[in-house]
Amino acid sequence: MVREVRYVLRRMTAGVFLVLSAFLASAVEMVEALTIVLASGVARGWRSSLTGMGAAVLALAVIVAALGPALTVIPINALRLVVGGLLLTFGLQWLRKAILRASGFKALHDEDEIFSRELAEAKTAAPLLRGGVDWYGFTLSFKGVLLEGLEVAFIVLTFGSTQGSIPLAAAGAAAALVLVAGVGIAVRAPLARVPENTLKFAVGVMLTTFGIFWSTEGAGGNWPGSDAALFGVLAFVISLSALFVAVLRRRKREQLVAAGARA
Amino acid sequence: MKYLVSFGRFWWDFVVGDDWIAAALVIAAIGATAALAAGGVAVWWVMPLAVAVVLYVSLRRAIAA
Repeated sequence: MVREVRYVLRRMTAGVFLVLSAFLASAVEMVEALTIVLASGVARGWRSSLTGMGAAVLALAVIVAALGPALTVIPINALRLVVGGLLLTFGLQWLRKAILRASGFKALHDEDEIFSRELAEAKTAAPLLRGGVDWYGFTLSFKGVLLEGLEVAFIVLTFGSTQGSIPLAAAGAAAALVLVAGVGIAVRAPLARVPENTLKFAVGVMLTTFGIFWSTEGAGGNWPGSDAALFGVLAFVISLSALFVAVLRRRKREQLVAAGARA
Repeated sequence: MKYLVSFGRFWWDFVVGDDWIAAALVIAAIGATAALAAGGVAVWWVMPLAVAVVLYVSLRRAIAA
């Protein structure tokens, strides 16, 4: 009985992590996609922008539907090894950029600035009508949603298949889609108030945590405490990141002081 | 051929990004974990340690660049 309760608790812990990770990663990517769709809609017309977005969402649905079942037939340890490795390389990119942004070595992501830049570029392009749709607006929106959405599809497929529940990961992504699209329609402006840099940091931490966990299991290792070790790995990655941010912030301050003294 | 190269470049940028050394170190660490696990060693500590090293190296390279 106690063993069954422990098993259920472990599965629930992993499930909560799964939904939360898919939700956060999807929300960040969708905020970026929304900025591009808005810029395309304002500059080139809503018909072309929304058609491009719809076509990209359809393409993403086909990718997930085609690859999802294929991933479930791969042996779980091989899947965890490959997915763990991919998540680590992918997650460490996010984490590195997040640490550099938090410590002042890289500019913060600014949706207002990106929106202005995309808008200016879209306004200057010559009109090109195909089937009653402005091709530039369609392509801009399609590419933006497809490229940002591919990261979401990658996370949903890898997290879901490795944890044994693609629908649960997809539910997290769908919740993010409903939230971001709902707020986007309501405000009709880039979601600049979303703490995107903090969210990106959280996603980097989550991806790296799952990457460490699954690559170890896939390579034949066992975690003390099984799935509950995810909390320990998470705490380790957060502490490590905080340490790097603190050290690099200090270094940045020293650089600024030295530059000020020279000036 | 052009599309194939673009496709390959997209996936390289997507997964590996701008620091291929970090990706290579991750693969080496996974290989070391598998080798140690096959030898019966408890390996849960290897990947966390490797991530600390990879992140340190990668941040140093990014700041130097």
